[in-house]
Formats: sequence, structure tokens, C-alpha cells
Amino acid sequence: MRPLIVIRRTPTIDFMRWHRLGMAFSALLGVASIVLFLAIGLNYGIDFKGGMLIEARVTGGPADLAAMRAKIDALKIGEASLQGFGSPSDVLIRLPQQPGGDKGQEKAIAEVKSALGPGIDYRRVEVVGPSVGAELIRAGVWATVLALAAIMVYIWFRFEWQFGVGATISTIHDVVTTVGLFAIFRLEFNLTTLAAILTIAGYSINDTVVIYDRVRESMRKHRSMGLRELINLALNETLSRTILTVSTVALAVLSLFFFGGEVLKGFSIAMLWGIVVGTYSSLFIAAPLLYYIQPNRRAIARDSERGAAAPERASR
Amino acid sequence: MLYFANWKITLICAVCALGVLFTLPNLVSPATLATLPSFVPHKQVSLGLDLRGGSYLLLQVDFAAAERERLNGFVDSVRNALRDAHIGYTGLGVEGEAITFTLRDPGQADEARKALDKIDPELVLAISPAGAATMRFNQSASDTRRRQAVEQSIEIIRRRVDETGTKEPSIQSQGKDRILVQLPGIDNPEHVKALLGRTAKLTFQLVDTAVTLDDARRGRLPPGDEILPAQEGHNRGGPPAYVVKKRVMVGGDTLVDAQATFQNNEPVVSFRFDSVGAKRFGDATRENVGKPFAIVLDNKVISAPVIREAIPGGSGIISGSFTVQSASDLALLLRAGALPAPITILEERTVGPDLGADSIHDGTVACVVGVILVIVFMVLFYGLFGIFADIALFFNLCLMLAALSLLGATLTLPGIAGIALTLGMAVDANVLIYERIREEVRSGRSMLSSLEAGFTRAFGTILDSHVTTLVAGILLYIFGSGPVKGFAVTLSIGVLTSLFSAILVTRLLIVSWLRRWKPREIPL
Repeated sequence: MRPLIVIRRTPTIDFMRWHRLGMAFSALLGVASIVLFLAIGLNYGIDFKGGMLIEARVTGGPADLAAMRAKIDALKIGEASLQGFGSPSDVLIRLPQQPGGDKGQEKAIAEVKSALGPGIDYRRVEVVGPSVGAELIRAGVWATVLALAAIMVYIWFRFEWQFGVGATISTIHDVVTTVGLFAIFRLEFNLTTLAAILTIAGYSINDTVVIYDRVRESMRKHRSMGLRELINLALNETLSRTILTVSTVALAVLSLFFFGGEVLKGFSIAMLWGIVVGTYSSLFIAAPLLYYIQPNRRAIARDSERGAAAPERASR
Repeated sequence: MLYFANWKITLICAVCALGVLFTLPNLVSPATLATLPSFVPHKQVSLGLDLRGGSYLLLQVDFAAAERERLNGFVDSVRNALRDAHIGYTGLGVEGEAITFTLRDPGQADEARKALDKIDPELVLAISPAGAATMRFNQSASDTRRRQAVEQSIEIIRRRVDETGTKEPSIQSQGKDRILVQLPGIDNPEHVKALLGRTAKLTFQLVDTAVTLDDARRGRLPPGDEILPAQEGHNRGGPPAYVVKKRVMVGGDTLVDAQATFQNNEPVVSFRFDSVGAKRFGDATRENVGKPFAIVLDNKVISAPVIREAIPGGSGIISGSFTVQSASDLALLLRAGALPAPITILEERTVGPDLGADSIHDGTVACVVGVILVIVFMVLFYGLFGIFADIALFFNLCLMLAALSLLGATLTLPGIAGIALTLGMAVDANVLIYERIREEVRSGRSMLSSLEAGFTRAFGTILDSHVTTLVAGILLYIFGSGPVKGFAVTLSIGVLTSLFSAILVTRLLIVSWLRRWKPREIPL
């Protein structure tokens, strides 16, 4: 049985011709993301800023948001946000952190429940006290920083250090612009989003590694070829793989987005963006960066003579 | 590469078969599973609270508050000791984590040391040249007590939770002074929370009738007395607060039983002391006939009845405007015992059973749709080899589920997302290999050497990309909490299983195909 769709020829796209434009665009995107993050910040979910979240379903009929809001506002417990969530009978209620430290939060939930009265099914209640929120932020930042550092060390270990620098810059680019996306569209940034960002970092590195691997291989094969042509060649040779892998991962994420329910929406959006930007950065940032950092080709060639038999052995 | 030793083939087939075998229990309901014979594997993937419904509570043991209370208990002894030794002092009290006072005459420091030496071996006294003295617990004793307080709290919380009839609760310590409580499938989380949050420290203390409440409030509080508020909702018609002796007649720690019952058609709580408590209670009531005593729960007075006669039997009744619910709650709390330190709820996540069921449904649909799309995609782009990759994908899914079942890992909603994602990423290894084979064919290699080179050359790349994803997964597991940990687990397991399935299973399939059909070219 033969495949129905085949890319027969290796394309000859001049990626390097576009890399300046790509880098300028990315720099702009990155700076804009940082400025947005500093100026308006993120729309932190309760995981990080503390507070309360209630997902309620009104039994028998659509929810009357205005009436519910009036009842909650009458409690004078800060500005509540109510929004529809999936079906018309579902409401997501967010309440700001209450005074009185960790103890104050529990009281407010009880008050809201009694104010809204019967006929409501509480599908989800989350309360995060102020002390936990701060810890979760710290843990999240640590996880991201350590992940980047660990990945860089690994790449450095497997390649020359120049590759590590390139991979890290492009991954930071992906992480920063994802944060920017969440800042500008005011998407809720919570623990699941953080998981998505770390996955994006992993995916983006993955993509970069495949291309770097090919660059290194080509360096050994074509010792006299110019670096610019070499990078172009590597990108073109791996292009069909890049497209196919992006497609399969995108298929998985799209089905999560459309069928995975409301809770996974934020995660899917972050992942979707991450896949696109991760692929783009491998092509237009990570690979061209090598052109500027100039890996030590002689050392790579030496490595290949020493370890030529190694991959053969590894596969047996 | 194209040669497989027989033992290797057997091993790969065995792993796949075991993967399928251990996945099967997840396809039947637990009820059916219980009826099956014992040689069938029974382990199912355990679902996280966000999928099965339930409450996740992170509690903080407020150890500092308990230490302050202990210090307060020593203040009287310090006062007496200083008075007995005729040492002048000012400003005796508890500040932060220490008892503090100032000596009138700094020259009496040595005498003070001698006088205070016998109070408690754990208290360390420090006196500055100016005469400012602090007494604090030594660090190691304090640490030991903190550990004990957390352990004891866990034990008491477990008893309380068990009494509410929650099935399969998980109660474990986290960090230095935190307790993580997971209660699957509870109907009324508010009630359980209210029960967990109460210290339930019961004491019987004499009411000081020599001074009125107003006088005491105006600053004429006799030493050794304290003002305690009445419990809201109880003690109807009584005063808002009482002046009581600090000295505890009998404490709740000597109770052996407590039950909710009725007296004159009113809900009350009956209790029974152990022999020590019974004797103390008997003596105290005999000496104080005609005087009121306060029944104090968590520093609030439930009621203050007058002692009509000595109560020698070691049992009694607490009345005080209870409802049926509050009486049975109090009885439960007294049976389970008092927490050694107050507890605060830091984090709560409760998911109703319906939402959990909806999440399972949505997550499964998303996974199935994702897998079908990927399968179709692979067949479209790789034909027969795509089918090989799809078979490997199937075993990958089975191995993931089997690993989750066997490890007892918890599957959460983000965990399901992790499965969908890894399945999308798993075929990347196949894509890398197949693209490589195509290239080798294009460069004019023979069929066999193209296959050989495809697998060999792609291996390094596959390894690198898997390791980097694994690094992200492990860090997520270390730093994440709750549902996110679930995501990290499925992501990491998925990376490992896909390494096996995409490389070994696919290769075995291709090798078998070569042997069986002896094709002349690669259908790529």
C-alpha cells in the first residue's frame, strides 16, 4: 500500500534570505511581549493570585447572570466576575481574595452559597489562600527557569555550546511570546497554562534539535560548503518532517481544543500557539542564529571521526 | 539493524502483550472486575479528584499558635517562681516566640536563673546585662514537637474523616507543617471542612464569681483569671462572656467516649472520663459544690452550669442549646480528640461528581478523535508504513495505560491532555525515521541499506528530542501540584513508551514484513 500524498523532491527554499525579517519580527514580538507583561501584566487565575472560583450549574433552566450578580454584590465581598461557561445554565463565578488571610476565604464561599440559595449545583469550587498563591508562582518560575537551564546543558553536552545558546534563545523567544499572547488577549494564566508553557519549551527544543542535528551532520558531510548554504540545506531536508510533525501534534491539540471541554481551553490555546511559534522559531531564529554564533566546524568534524561508529553501535 | 534475535522478538511481543493485558481492566467497570477470577489483573488507573469528584484540601498546622499557648501556660509558673525568690520584675508576658520580662535589678540575674531553672528543661533563659530576659523553647525540642504535632494532627484528622464515612480518604503530610487531605466523592464538603478546621479543645474551668465581668473588663482582672466569650448560638439568655480561672479542672484529653443524645427533648452530648479524669472531675466537683463551672470549647464557653453535688461517676452531660447536628458534630470531635494546634485551610479544590464525569467524557472524546485523526493522517502520508506506525501507536497507548495502572499513578484532566499530546508527538519518531528512509532511497541506496540507515541515523535525533521533553516533564512533576502533576506523569510515561513503540515495535513490524513478503522496493 502506497501513501497517497508524497513530497517527492527536496525543496530549495532560501530560508536564510528571510531570516533578517524573521529576527526583526521576533525581536519586535519579544519586546512587545515583555512591555505588555510589565505594563498590564497577566490575567492571573486564582492559582496564582489567590481568591475563589465557583463553577455553578443552575438546575432546570438557563442561568440569570444579572440576578445572580446582584445577589453576590449585595454581600459586599469585592468585585465578583460572572460569566457563562459552556452551556447556558453554567456560570463561572470569580471572587477576589478576601481580607483576613487564609481564614477569610472560607467564610466568603459559605456566604455566596447561602446568598445564591437552592437550585444550584456546585460543580467546582476552588479556593486558594494568599500564602499558597505566592508559593505556586515561585515554583512555576523555578520550573521554567530550571527546565530551560537543564535543556541547554543537555544540548551543550550533545552538541557544541553554540548550539545550546541558539536553542535557548529560540526557546526563550517561544516562552516569552506565549506569555505575551496571554497578556494581550487577557487569557487566564493558571497552573495548566504553566504546564502548557513548559510543554511548549519541550516541543520547541525538540523541533530545534532535529534541525541542529541535521546541520551538524551536513557540516561533517559537506566540509567546504558555506554555512549559509549549509543551514538552508538542513532546513530544506528536514522540511517535510517539520510539516508532518507539526500537523500531527496540531491535530491532537485541535481535538483537545474542540472536544476537551472548557477546562482545557486555555491549555489548548497556549499549546496551539506554542506549536506554531515553536516551529517558526526553529526555522527562522534557531537555525539562522548558528550563522552568527559560528559553531566550531573543525571540532565537529573531529568528533565525527572519533565517534563515527558510535551511532551504529547505539542502535543495535 | 534488520536482524532481530529471537529472544528480542519474544521480549518485544511480551511487553506489548502485557501492555494490552494490563490495559484491559480499565475497560470494565469496577463491579464487573470484582467478579472476575484472581489471575486476571485488577489494577485500574486511579482517577484524580478532578475526574471522579471530591475535595482536595491543603491544611496548615498553625504550630506557632500552639507554641504561644504553651508559653502562656508557663507564664504563671514564672510569676510564682520569681515571687517566691523575691525577685522584682516588670512587663511579664508572651511576645512572639518567647516569654519576656525585665528585672528591676539586673544584679539579680543569677538568682533569677536559679529560680527559673526548674520550670521546664526545654525553656532556655537569656538575660541581657540591662536585665531584659527572654525564655524560649530550645530549637530541637521545638522541632520535635512540631513533627509530633503534624503527626498527631494527621491521626486526629483521619479519625474525624473516618467518622464522617468518607471512603478512601488520603491524608498525608506535605512539607514541614502542612497536611494534604484528599476526599474522593464527598457530598457535603462544607460540613467536612467545618469539622476539620475545629481544634475541639475541651476544658472544664471554674467560673470566678468573686469579680464581675464589668470590673474584670475595666482592668481589674485577677491574676490567674481570663475572660472567655460565650459560644455564639449557645447559652441563650446567658452573659456574653465569663470570667474564668485559667487553671483547667479537667481537660478533654481524658475523655474516653462522647455521644449525642437527648435530655428533656433537647439534644445534648454525654461524655465519659477515663479513671484519671473521673477522679479529677469528682474531686473538683466535690470541692466546689454550689459554684458554676464553664464548659469551654476552643476558648469559647458553651455553658456554665452550677455544680449541685459532687459527680463521682466520671460521666456527665454537656447541654447548651445544641441542634441535633451540632450535638452529633461535637460528640464526633470529642471522640476523635483535639488537634494539638489550630488548623487553617490554605487551598481547597472541590469538584462535583457530574463535572468529573463530564470531564472524563470530554477528555476521552478528545483523545479518541485525536488518535483517529493522527491514524488517518499517517496512512495518508505513509501508506503501509503509516499502518505500521499506527499499530505502534496503539501499543503505545496500551503501554501508557498499563504503566499508569501498575504504578498506581493518578490520572487527571490535564493528564488526559498529556495523553492526547504524547500520542500526537509519538508519531514524530516514526516521521523522522520514514523521512530519513525516503531520503536514503532518493540518494540511490538499496532498499535494505536505506531502511538500515533510516533507523540508525534517526535514532540519535529521536533520543535527543525525547530526553528534552522528559526533562520538562520531570521538572513539572517536581514543581507542579495536583492536576499538573498528573499531566507531568502522563507526559513522562508517554515519552518513554513512545521511545519503545516507535523504534522497536515499528522496526519489528517492518522486519517481519520484509521476511514474510520479500518486497523489492519500499512503498514510501
